[in-house]
Amino acid sequence: MIGWLAAHGRALGQALRRLRRQAFGTLLSALVIGLALALPATGLALFERLQSLAASVNTTPQVSLFLKESSGRDDRNRLERNFQADAQLASVSFVSRDTAREILARNGLADILDTLPANPLPDGFVLTLKSADPAAFQAVADRYRADAAIEHVQVDSLWVQRLDALLAFGRTVMLLLAGLLGTALVIITFNTIRLQLLTRQEEIEVSRILGATIPFIRRPYYWFGGLQAFAGGLIAWGIADGLLALMAPEVRRIAETYGAIFSLHRLDLLQVTGLLAFSTLLGLAGTGLALRRHLRAA
Amino acid sequence: MIEFQEVSKRYPGGHLALAGVSFTIRHGELLLLSGHSGAGKSTLLKLIAAIERPTEGRVMMNGQDVGKLRADAIPYLRRKLGLILQDHRLLMDRSVFENLVLPLEIAGQSAREARKRAQAALERVGLKDRGGELPITLSGGEQQRVAIARAIVNRPAVLIADEPTAHLDPDYARDIAHLFQSFNDAGVTVIVSTHDPSLFCNARGRTLRLAQGVLTDEETS
Repeated sequence: MIGWLAAHGRALGQALRRLRRQAFGTLLSALVIGLALALPATGLALFERLQSLAASVNTTPQVSLFLKESSGRDDRNRLERNFQADAQLASVSFVSRDTAREILARNGLADILDTLPANPLPDGFVLTLKSADPAAFQAVADRYRADAAIEHVQVDSLWVQRLDALLAFGRTVMLLLAGLLGTALVIITFNTIRLQLLTRQEEIEVSRILGATIPFIRRPYYWFGGLQAFAGGLIAWGIADGLLALMAPEVRRIAETYGAIFSLHRLDLLQVTGLLAFSTLLGLAGTGLALRRHLRAA
Repeated sequence: MIEFQEVSKRYPGGHLALAGVSFTIRHGELLLLSGHSGAGKSTLLKLIAAIERPTEGRVMMNGQDVGKLRADAIPYLRRKLGLILQDHRLLMDRSVFENLVLPLEIAGQSAREARKRAQAALERVGLKDRGGELPITLSGGEQQRVAIARAIVNRPAVLIADEPTAHLDPDYARDIAHLFQSFNDAGVTVIVSTHDPSLFCNARGRTLRLAQGVLTDEETS
Protein backbone atom coordinates (compact mmCIF):
# COMPACT_ATOMS: atom_id res chain seq x y z
CA MET A 1 0.00 0.00 0.00
CA ILE A 2 2.82 2.39 0.92
CA GLY A 3 4.61 1.44 -2.29
CA TRP A 4 1.44 2.07 -4.30
CA LEU A 5 0.98 5.47 -2.66
CA ALA A 6 4.65 6.32 -3.20
CA ALA A 7 4.33 5.37 -6.88
CA HIS A 8 1.31 7.66 -7.24
CA GLY A 9 3.10 10.42 -5.32
CA ARG A 10 6.02 10.15 -7.77
CA ALA A 11 3.64 10.12 -10.76
CA LEU A 12 1.82 13.16 -9.38
CA GLY A 13 5.15 14.95 -9.03
CA GLN A 14 6.02 14.11 -12.65
CA ALA A 15 2.59 15.30 -13.83
CA LEU A 16 2.95 18.58 -11.93
CA ARG A 17 6.41 19.13 -13.44
CA ARG A 18 4.97 18.55 -16.92
CA LEU A 19 2.08 20.91 -16.19
CA ARG A 20 4.57 23.55 -15.09
CA ARG A 21 6.77 23.03 -18.15
CA GLN A 22 3.74 23.32 -20.45
CA ALA A 23 1.97 25.97 -18.38
CA PHE A 24 0.64 27.98 -21.32
CA GLY A 25 -0.62 24.98 -23.29
CA THR A 26 -2.18 23.48 -20.18
CA LEU A 27 -3.86 26.78 -19.32
CA LEU A 28 -5.31 27.02 -22.83
CA SER A 29 -6.64 23.45 -22.69
CA ALA A 30 -8.09 24.03 -19.22
CA LEU A 31 -9.73 27.26 -20.45
CA VAL A 32 -11.32 25.45 -23.39
CA ILE A 33 -12.59 22.74 -21.03
CA GLY A 34 -13.82 25.40 -18.59
CA LEU A 35 -15.67 27.32 -21.28
CA ALA A 36 -17.19 24.14 -22.66
CA LEU A 37 -18.49 23.09 -19.24
CA ALA A 38 -19.53 26.55 -18.01
CA LEU A 39 -22.57 26.81 -20.29
CA PRO A 40 -24.28 23.55 -19.27
CA ALA A 41 -23.24 24.10 -15.64
CA THR A 42 -24.86 27.55 -15.60
CA GLY A 43 -27.91 26.38 -17.52
CA LEU A 44 -28.47 23.38 -15.28
CA ALA A 45 -28.10 25.48 -12.12
CA LEU A 46 -30.56 28.06 -13.52
CA PHE A 47 -33.14 25.50 -14.62
CA GLU A 48 -32.83 23.59 -11.37
CA ARG A 49 -33.54 26.79 -9.41
CA LEU A 50 -36.46 27.72 -11.66
CA GLN A 51 -37.88 24.22 -11.43
CA SER A 52 -37.74 24.26 -7.64
CA LEU A 53 -39.56 27.60 -7.77
CA ALA A 54 -42.22 26.26 -10.12
CA ALA A 55 -42.63 23.21 -7.91
CA SER A 56 -43.28 25.44 -4.90
CA VAL A 57 -46.17 27.16 -6.67
CA ASN A 58 -49.63 25.52 -6.51
CA THR A 59 -49.70 23.83 -9.87
CA THR A 60 -53.26 22.50 -9.68
CA PRO A 61 -54.91 24.33 -12.55
CA GLN A 62 -58.12 26.13 -11.65
CA VAL A 63 -60.78 28.19 -13.44
CA SER A 64 -61.89 31.42 -11.74
CA LEU A 65 -65.33 32.83 -12.55
CA PHE A 66 -65.95 36.47 -11.64
CA LEU A 67 -69.64 37.39 -11.29
CA LYS A 68 -71.20 40.56 -12.62
CA GLU A 69 -71.87 43.24 -10.04
CA SER A 70 -75.53 43.03 -10.93
CA SER A 71 -75.74 39.29 -10.22
CA GLY A 72 -77.63 38.24 -7.14
CA ARG A 73 -78.23 35.27 -4.87
CA ASP A 74 -80.48 33.58 -7.47
CA ASP A 75 -77.70 33.63 -10.02
CA ARG A 76 -75.29 32.21 -7.47
CA ASN A 77 -77.67 29.40 -6.54
CA ARG A 78 -78.32 28.59 -10.19
CA LEU A 79 -74.62 28.45 -10.91
CA GLU A 80 -74.01 26.19 -7.88
CA ARG A 81 -76.63 23.79 -9.17
CA ASN A 82 -74.93 23.79 -12.58
CA PHE A 83 -71.59 23.06 -10.93
CA GLN A 84 -73.06 20.11 -9.03
CA ALA A 85 -74.27 18.65 -12.30
CA ASP A 86 -70.96 19.26 -14.08
CA ALA A 87 -69.07 15.95 -14.28
CA GLN A 88 -65.79 17.67 -15.18
CA LEU A 89 -65.49 19.51 -11.86
CA ALA A 90 -63.71 18.05 -8.85
CA SER A 91 -64.51 20.86 -6.42
CA VAL A 92 -65.95 24.37 -6.29
CA SER A 93 -65.35 27.13 -3.77
CA PHE A 94 -67.13 30.44 -3.52
CA VAL A 95 -65.00 33.52 -2.78
CA SER A 96 -67.10 36.49 -1.75
CA ARG A 97 -66.02 40.01 -2.65
CA ASP A 98 -65.30 40.67 1.04
CA THR A 99 -63.09 37.58 1.30
CA ALA A 100 -61.29 38.58 -1.88
CA ARG A 101 -60.63 42.02 -0.39
CA GLU A 102 -59.25 40.46 2.79
CA ILE A 103 -56.92 38.25 0.76
CA LEU A 104 -55.60 41.21 -1.21
CA ALA A 105 -55.19 43.24 1.95
CA ARG A 106 -53.17 40.40 3.49
CA ASN A 107 -50.93 40.41 0.39
CA GLY A 108 -49.85 43.99 1.00
CA LEU A 109 -52.48 45.91 -0.95
CA ALA A 110 -54.42 47.16 2.07
CA ASP A 111 -53.22 50.76 1.62
CA ILE A 112 -54.40 50.88 -1.99
CA LEU A 113 -57.77 49.29 -1.12
CA ASP A 114 -58.26 51.81 1.67
CA THR A 115 -57.99 54.70 -0.78
CA LEU A 116 -60.89 53.33 -2.83
CA PRO A 117 -64.40 54.55 -2.01
CA ALA A 118 -65.84 51.01 -2.21
CA ASN A 119 -64.74 47.40 -2.64
CA PRO A 120 -64.18 47.04 -6.40
CA LEU A 121 -63.85 43.26 -6.30
CA PRO A 122 -66.60 40.96 -7.54
CA ASP A 123 -67.89 37.70 -6.04
CA GLY A 124 -66.34 34.69 -7.65
CA PHE A 125 -66.12 30.92 -7.89
CA VAL A 126 -62.91 28.89 -8.08
CA LEU A 127 -63.42 25.64 -10.01
CA THR A 128 -60.98 22.73 -9.73
CA LEU A 129 -61.18 20.18 -12.53
CA LYS A 130 -60.78 16.43 -12.41
CA SER A 131 -58.59 16.47 -15.51
CA ALA A 132 -55.37 18.43 -16.05
CA ASP A 133 -55.93 18.45 -19.80
CA PRO A 134 -55.72 22.05 -21.10
CA ALA A 135 -58.55 21.28 -23.58
CA ALA A 136 -60.91 20.41 -20.70
CA PHE A 137 -60.05 23.74 -19.06
CA GLN A 138 -60.81 25.59 -22.23
CA ALA A 139 -64.15 23.77 -22.61
CA VAL A 140 -65.20 24.61 -19.03
CA ALA A 141 -64.08 28.22 -19.42
CA ASP A 142 -66.03 28.58 -22.71
CA ARG A 143 -69.15 26.99 -21.20
CA TYR A 144 -69.35 29.42 -18.26
CA ARG A 145 -68.18 32.46 -20.21
CA ALA A 146 -71.52 32.30 -22.02
CA ASP A 147 -73.46 32.59 -18.77
CA ALA A 148 -75.25 35.94 -18.35
CA ALA A 149 -74.23 36.28 -14.69
CA ILE A 150 -70.55 35.93 -15.36
CA GLU A 151 -68.39 38.94 -16.16
CA HIS A 152 -65.01 37.32 -16.65
CA VAL A 153 -63.47 33.83 -16.81
CA GLN A 154 -59.82 33.22 -16.02
CA VAL A 155 -57.84 29.98 -16.35
CA ASP A 156 -55.32 29.99 -13.49
CA SER A 157 -52.09 28.08 -12.91
CA LEU A 158 -52.00 26.48 -16.30
CA TRP A 159 -49.04 28.71 -17.04
CA VAL A 160 -47.16 27.10 -14.17
CA GLN A 161 -47.62 23.69 -15.75
CA ARG A 162 -46.52 25.07 -19.08
CA LEU A 163 -43.54 26.72 -17.40
CA ASP A 164 -42.69 23.47 -15.65
CA ALA A 165 -42.84 21.60 -18.95
CA LEU A 166 -40.68 24.27 -20.58
CA LEU A 167 -38.19 24.08 -17.74
CA ALA A 168 -38.06 20.30 -17.96
CA PHE A 169 -37.43 20.65 -21.68
CA GLY A 170 -34.74 23.27 -21.06
CA ARG A 171 -33.08 21.01 -18.50
CA THR A 172 -33.09 18.13 -20.97
CA VAL A 173 -31.52 20.38 -23.59
CA MET A 174 -28.84 21.40 -21.08
CA LEU A 175 -28.15 17.76 -20.20
CA LEU A 176 -27.77 16.93 -23.88
CA LEU A 177 -25.49 19.94 -24.26
CA ALA A 178 -23.47 18.76 -21.25
CA GLY A 179 -23.16 15.36 -22.94
CA LEU A 180 -21.99 16.90 -26.21
CA LEU A 181 -19.55 19.30 -24.57
CA GLY A 182 -18.41 16.50 -22.25
CA THR A 183 -17.50 14.54 -25.37
CA ALA A 184 -15.54 17.57 -26.52
CA LEU A 185 -13.70 17.52 -23.19
CA VAL A 186 -12.81 13.85 -23.71
CA ILE A 187 -11.51 14.66 -27.20
CA ILE A 188 -9.45 17.63 -25.93
CA THR A 189 -7.81 15.49 -23.25
CA PHE A 190 -7.35 12.60 -25.69
CA ASN A 191 -5.50 14.90 -28.07
CA THR A 192 -3.33 16.46 -25.36
CA ILE A 193 -2.25 13.06 -24.07
CA ARG A 194 -1.80 11.69 -27.61
CA LEU A 195 0.62 14.53 -28.39
CA GLN A 196 2.48 13.91 -25.14
CA LEU A 197 2.79 10.21 -25.93
CA LEU A 198 4.16 10.99 -29.38
CA THR A 199 6.72 13.49 -28.08
CA ARG A 200 7.75 11.19 -25.22
CA GLN A 201 8.07 8.03 -27.28
CA GLU A 202 11.83 7.81 -26.63
CA GLU A 203 11.30 8.14 -22.88
CA ILE A 204 8.62 5.45 -22.96
CA GLU A 205 10.79 3.04 -24.93
CA VAL A 206 13.80 3.61 -22.66
CA SER A 207 11.62 3.18 -19.57
CA ARG A 208 10.33 -0.13 -20.93
CA ILE A 209 13.86 -1.35 -21.61
CA LEU A 210 14.81 -0.38 -18.05
CA GLY A 211 11.96 -2.47 -16.65
CA ALA A 212 9.04 -0.06 -16.35
CA THR A 213 5.64 -1.69 -16.12
CA ILE A 214 2.70 -0.37 -18.14
CA PRO A 215 1.03 1.10 -15.00
CA PHE A 216 4.30 2.90 -14.17
CA ILE A 217 4.27 4.54 -17.60
CA ARG A 218 0.55 5.31 -17.53
CA ARG A 219 0.31 6.87 -14.07
CA PRO A 220 1.78 10.33 -14.81
CA TYR A 221 -0.44 10.66 -17.88
CA TYR A 222 -3.56 9.86 -15.85
CA TRP A 223 -2.54 12.43 -13.28
CA PHE A 224 -1.84 15.00 -16.00
CA GLY A 225 -5.15 14.43 -17.81
CA GLY A 226 -7.11 14.36 -14.55
CA LEU A 227 -5.46 17.52 -13.19
CA GLN A 228 -5.94 19.41 -16.44
CA ALA A 229 -9.63 18.48 -16.55
CA PHE A 230 -9.98 19.31 -12.84
CA ALA A 231 -8.51 22.75 -13.55
CA GLY A 232 -11.03 23.06 -16.40
CA GLY A 233 -13.79 22.20 -13.92
CA LEU A 234 -12.54 24.91 -11.55
CA ILE A 235 -12.61 27.43 -14.39
CA ALA A 236 -16.13 26.31 -15.35
CA TRP A 237 -17.19 26.79 -11.72
CA GLY A 238 -15.79 30.32 -11.70
CA ILE A 239 -17.47 31.22 -15.00
CA ALA A 240 -20.81 29.69 -13.96
CA ASP A 241 -20.75 31.54 -10.64
CA GLY A 242 -19.88 34.77 -12.44
CA LEU A 243 -22.70 34.32 -14.97
CA LEU A 244 -25.24 33.52 -12.24
CA ALA A 245 -24.13 36.59 -10.28
CA LEU A 246 -24.47 38.74 -13.41
CA MET A 247 -27.95 37.39 -14.17
CA ALA A 248 -29.22 37.51 -10.60
CA PRO A 249 -30.38 41.20 -10.49
CA GLU A 250 -32.21 40.90 -13.83
CA VAL A 251 -33.90 37.66 -12.83
CA ARG A 252 -34.91 39.17 -9.48
CA ARG A 253 -36.41 42.19 -11.26
CA ILE A 254 -38.42 39.96 -13.61
CA ALA A 255 -39.62 37.83 -10.69
CA GLU A 256 -40.71 40.93 -8.79
CA THR A 257 -42.93 42.02 -11.68
CA TYR A 258 -44.84 38.75 -11.11
CA GLY A 259 -44.97 39.41 -7.39
CA ALA A 260 -42.59 36.54 -6.73
CA ILE A 261 -39.52 36.54 -4.56
CA PHE A 262 -36.81 34.74 -6.47
CA SER A 263 -33.07 34.94 -6.36
CA LEU A 264 -30.32 33.10 -8.20
CA HIS A 265 -27.74 31.50 -5.94
CA ARG A 266 -24.16 30.54 -6.64
CA LEU A 267 -23.53 26.85 -7.27
CA ASP A 268 -23.98 24.89 -4.07
CA LEU A 269 -21.49 22.36 -2.70
CA LEU A 270 -23.23 19.41 -4.33
CA GLN A 271 -23.30 21.11 -7.73
CA VAL A 272 -19.64 22.13 -7.46
CA THR A 273 -18.62 18.62 -6.40
CA GLY A 274 -20.63 17.17 -9.29
CA LEU A 275 -19.08 19.58 -11.78
CA LEU A 276 -15.51 18.88 -10.64
CA ALA A 277 -16.09 15.12 -10.52
CA PHE A 278 -17.71 15.22 -13.98
CA SER A 279 -14.82 17.13 -15.56
CA THR A 280 -12.14 15.04 -13.83
CA LEU A 281 -13.78 11.74 -14.79
CA LEU A 282 -14.10 12.84 -18.41
CA GLY A 283 -10.45 13.93 -18.36
CA LEU A 284 -9.45 10.50 -17.05
CA ALA A 285 -11.62 8.86 -19.70
CA GLY A 286 -9.90 10.89 -22.46
CA THR A 287 -6.50 9.95 -21.02
CA GLY A 288 -7.46 6.29 -20.82
CA LEU A 289 -8.57 6.27 -24.44
CA ALA A 290 -5.35 7.94 -25.61
CA LEU A 291 -3.20 5.51 -23.61
CA ARG A 292 -5.12 2.51 -24.91
CA ARG A 293 -4.87 3.78 -28.47
CA HIS A 294 -1.26 4.98 -28.52
CA LEU A 295 0.75 3.36 -25.73
CA ARG A 296 0.70 -0.03 -27.36
CA ALA A 297 2.05 1.48 -30.58
CA ALA A 298 4.61 3.64 -28.77
CA MET B 1 23.04 -19.21 -15.20
CA ILE B 2 21.89 -18.39 -18.72
CA GLU B 3 21.45 -21.18 -21.23
CA PHE B 4 20.73 -20.99 -24.96
CA GLN B 5 19.19 -24.23 -26.22
CA GLU B 6 19.10 -24.57 -30.02
CA VAL B 7 17.91 -20.97 -30.31
CA SER B 8 16.89 -19.59 -33.71
CA LYS B 9 15.52 -16.15 -34.45
CA ARG B 10 13.92 -15.22 -37.74
CA TYR B 11 12.63 -11.65 -38.15
CA PRO B 12 9.26 -10.95 -39.81
CA GLY B 13 10.96 -9.99 -43.10
CA GLY B 14 12.41 -13.50 -43.27
CA HIS B 15 15.97 -12.66 -42.21
CA LEU B 16 17.48 -15.44 -40.10
CA ALA B 17 19.52 -13.70 -37.39
CA LEU B 18 20.37 -16.77 -35.29
CA ALA B 19 20.33 -20.42 -36.32
CA GLY B 20 20.31 -23.15 -33.68
CA VAL B 21 22.66 -21.49 -31.19
CA SER B 22 23.46 -23.37 -27.98
CA PHE B 23 25.76 -22.31 -25.16
CA THR B 24 25.78 -21.61 -21.44
CA ILE B 25 26.85 -18.53 -19.48
CA ARG B 26 27.91 -19.26 -15.93
CA HIS B 27 27.33 -16.97 -12.99
CA GLY B 28 30.15 -14.43 -12.62
CA GLU B 29 31.51 -15.09 -16.10
CA LEU B 30 32.84 -12.49 -18.56
CA LEU B 31 31.56 -13.45 -21.99
CA LEU B 32 32.58 -11.62 -25.15
CA LEU B 33 30.54 -12.02 -28.31
CA SER B 34 32.47 -11.16 -31.41
CA GLY B 35 31.67 -11.16 -35.06
CA HIS B 36 31.02 -8.88 -37.98
CA SER B 37 27.95 -6.67 -38.32
CA GLY B 38 24.87 -8.81 -38.91
CA ALA B 39 26.43 -11.83 -37.23
CA GLY B 40 23.61 -11.98 -34.70
CA LYS B 41 25.31 -10.48 -31.62
CA SER B 42 22.68 -7.82 -30.91
CA THR B 43 19.84 -10.28 -31.48
CA LEU B 44 21.41 -12.67 -29.01
CA LEU B 45 21.62 -9.96 -26.34
CA LYS B 46 18.04 -8.84 -27.03
CA LEU B 47 16.85 -12.41 -26.53
CA ILE B 48 18.37 -12.45 -23.02
CA ALA B 49 16.54 -9.22 -22.12
CA ALA B 50 13.29 -10.43 -23.74
CA ILE B 51 13.36 -7.48 -26.15
CA GLU B 52 12.99 -10.18 -28.81
CA ARG B 53 11.59 -13.69 -28.49
CA PRO B 54 13.17 -16.76 -30.08
CA THR B 55 11.45 -18.31 -33.08
CA GLU B 56 12.74 -21.74 -32.03
CA GLY B 57 14.59 -23.11 -29.02
CA ARG B 58 14.74 -21.78 -25.48
CA VAL B 59 16.63 -19.09 -23.60
CA MET B 60 16.73 -20.20 -19.97
CA MET B 61 17.69 -17.87 -17.13
CA ASN B 62 17.98 -19.42 -13.69
CA GLY B 63 15.62 -22.19 -14.85
CA GLN B 64 13.06 -19.80 -16.33
CA ASP B 65 12.21 -19.79 -20.05
CA VAL B 66 12.66 -16.12 -20.96
CA GLY B 67 10.92 -16.56 -24.32
CA LYS B 68 7.76 -17.81 -22.63
CA LEU B 69 7.50 -15.02 -20.05
CA ARG B 70 4.17 -13.21 -19.89
CA ALA B 71 4.30 -9.59 -21.05
CA ASP B 72 3.67 -8.30 -17.52
CA ALA B 73 6.56 -10.36 -16.12
CA ILE B 74 9.16 -9.02 -18.55
CA PRO B 75 9.73 -5.67 -16.73
CA TYR B 76 10.71 -7.57 -13.58
CA LEU B 77 13.24 -9.65 -15.56
CA ARG B 78 14.77 -6.49 -17.05
CA ARG B 79 15.19 -4.91 -13.63
CA LYS B 80 17.60 -7.75 -12.77
CA LEU B 81 19.71 -6.92 -15.81
CA GLY B 82 21.92 -3.96 -16.54
CA LEU B 83 21.39 -3.10 -20.20
CA ILE B 84 23.68 -0.91 -22.29
CA LEU B 85 22.33 -0.55 -25.79
CA GLN B 86 24.33 0.32 -28.88
CA ASP B 87 23.15 3.95 -29.11
CA HIS B 88 23.20 4.71 -25.33
CA ARG B 89 19.47 5.61 -25.35
CA LEU B 90 20.02 8.40 -22.84
CA LEU B 91 17.19 10.91 -22.39
CA MET B 92 18.65 14.11 -23.73
CA ASP B 93 16.13 16.44 -22.06
CA ARG B 94 17.05 15.16 -18.61
CA SER B 95 20.25 15.71 -16.66
CA VAL B 96 22.80 12.92 -16.26
CA PHE B 97 21.65 12.49 -12.69
CA GLU B 98 17.97 12.23 -13.71
CA ASN B 99 18.92 9.60 -16.29
CA LEU B 100 20.50 7.56 -13.52
CA VAL B 101 17.57 8.01 -11.16
CA LEU B 102 15.04 6.73 -13.73
CA PRO B 103 15.77 2.97 -13.36
CA LEU B 104 15.76 3.40 -9.58
CA GLU B 105 12.34 5.08 -9.71
CA ILE B 106 11.13 2.25 -11.92
CA ALA B 107 12.40 -0.26 -9.36
CA GLY B 108 10.51 1.61 -6.63
CA GLN B 109 13.52 2.91 -4.68
CA SER B 110 12.91 5.82 -2.35
CA ALA B 111 14.05 9.24 -3.54
CA ARG B 112 16.78 9.32 -0.90
CA GLU B 113 18.13 5.88 -1.78
CA ALA B 114 17.92 6.73 -5.50
CA ARG B 115 20.01 9.87 -4.98
CA LYS B 116 22.59 7.92 -2.99
CA ARG B 117 22.88 5.13 -5.53
CA ALA B 118 22.95 7.47 -8.53
CA GLN B 119 25.78 9.47 -6.96
CA ALA B 120 27.71 6.27 -6.19
CA ALA B 121 27.26 5.05 -9.78
CA LEU B 122 28.49 8.37 -11.15
CA GLU B 123 31.59 8.13 -8.96
CA ARG B 124 32.11 4.54 -10.12
CA VAL B 125 32.34 5.62 -13.77
CA GLY B 126 34.41 8.72 -13.03
CA LEU B 127 31.74 11.35 -13.64
CA LYS B 128 31.23 12.45 -10.05
CA ASP B 129 30.80 16.15 -10.83
CA ARG B 130 28.86 15.88 -14.08
CA GLY B 131 25.46 14.86 -12.71
CA GLY B 132 23.80 18.22 -13.33
CA GLU B 133 24.77 18.38 -17.01
CA LEU B 134 22.66 17.33 -19.94
CA PRO B 135 24.01 14.26 -21.77
CA ILE B 136 24.25 16.23 -25.01
CA THR B 137 27.03 18.35 -23.50
CA LEU B 138 29.19 15.25 -22.85
CA SER B 139 31.61 13.54 -25.23
CA GLY B 140 30.74 10.15 -26.79
CA GLY B 141 32.93 8.33 -24.25
CA GLU B 142 31.35 10.19 -21.35
CA GLN B 143 27.87 9.44 -22.64
CA GLN B 144 28.87 5.76 -22.78
CA ARG B 145 29.98 6.01 -19.15
CA VAL B 146 26.62 7.52 -18.22
CA ALA B 147 24.89 4.62 -19.98
CA ILE B 148 27.07 2.19 -18.01
CA ALA B 149 26.33 4.03 -14.78
CA ARG B 150 22.61 3.78 -15.53
CA ALA B 151 23.00 0.04 -16.15
CA ILE B 152 24.80 -0.64 -12.86
CA VAL B 153 22.80 1.73 -10.67
CA ASN B 154 20.32 -1.03 -9.75
CA ARG B 155 23.21 -3.37 -8.85
CA PRO B 156 22.30 -5.99 -11.46
CA ALA B 157 23.53 -9.58 -11.33
CA VAL B 158 24.02 -9.55 -15.11
CA LEU B 159 25.42 -6.69 -17.18
CA ILE B 160 24.72 -6.76 -20.91
CA ALA B 161 26.43 -4.35 -23.27
CA ASP B 162 25.95 -4.12 -27.01
CA GLU B 163 29.08 -2.71 -28.71
CA PRO B 164 29.99 -0.40 -25.80
CA THR B 165 33.31 0.57 -27.38
CA ALA B 166 32.00 1.29 -30.87
CA HIS B 167 32.69 4.80 -32.19
CA LEU B 168 35.12 5.52 -29.34
CA ASP B 169 38.78 6.37 -29.81
CA PRO B 170 41.20 3.64 -28.59
CA ASP B 171 42.00 5.23 -25.22
CA TYR B 172 38.32 5.70 -24.32
CA ALA B 173 37.57 2.19 -25.58
CA ARG B 174 40.26 0.68 -23.33
CA ASP B 175 38.90 2.65 -20.33
CA ILE B 176 35.42 1.29 -20.96
CA ALA B 177 36.81 -2.26 -21.33
CA HIS B 178 38.62 -1.88 -17.98
CA LEU B 179 35.39 -0.72 -16.40
CA PHE B 180 33.60 -3.90 -17.51
CA GLN B 181 36.48 -6.02 -16.25
CA SER B 182 36.24 -4.33 -12.87
CA PHE B 183 32.51 -5.07 -12.66
CA ASN B 184 33.25 -8.70 -13.51
CA ASP B 185 35.97 -8.80 -10.87
CA ALA B 186 33.29 -7.67 -8.39
CA GLY B 187 31.24 -10.80 -9.24
CA VAL B 188 28.85 -9.43 -11.87
CA THR B 189 28.16 -11.63 -14.91
CA VAL B 190 29.19 -9.49 -17.89
CA ILE B 191 28.13 -10.17 -21.48
CA VAL B 192 29.63 -7.83 -24.04
CA SER B 193 29.32 -7.84 -27.80
CA THR B 194 32.33 -6.28 -29.52
CA HIS B 195 34.08 -6.02 -32.83
CA ASP B 196 37.39 -5.93 -31.01
CA PRO B 197 37.84 -8.60 -28.30
CA SER B 198 41.51 -7.59 -27.99
CA LEU B 199 40.37 -4.64 -25.85
CA PHE B 200 39.60 -7.21 -23.16
CA CYS B 201 42.86 -9.14 -23.58
CA ASN B 202 43.82 -8.69 -19.93
CA ALA B 203 40.55 -10.17 -18.70
CA ARG B 204 39.81 -13.77 -17.82
CA GLY B 205 36.81 -14.71 -19.89
CA ARG B 206 35.41 -16.51 -22.83
CA THR B 207 34.90 -15.30 -26.39
CA LEU B 208 32.18 -16.71 -28.65
CA ARG B 209 32.47 -15.91 -32.34
CA LEU B 210 29.36 -15.62 -34.43
CA ALA B 211 29.03 -15.55 -38.19
CA GLN B 212 25.71 -15.29 -40.01
CA GLY B 213 23.78 -16.37 -36.92
CA VAL B 214 25.89 -19.45 -36.20
CA LEU B 215 28.47 -20.01 -33.43
CA THR B 216 31.76 -20.66 -35.21
CA ASP B 217 34.39 -20.56 -32.52
CA GLU B 218 34.91 -20.43 -28.78
CA GLU B 219 38.03 -19.25 -27.00
CA THR B 220 38.83 -19.06 -23.31
CA SER B 221 41.53 -16.76 -21.93
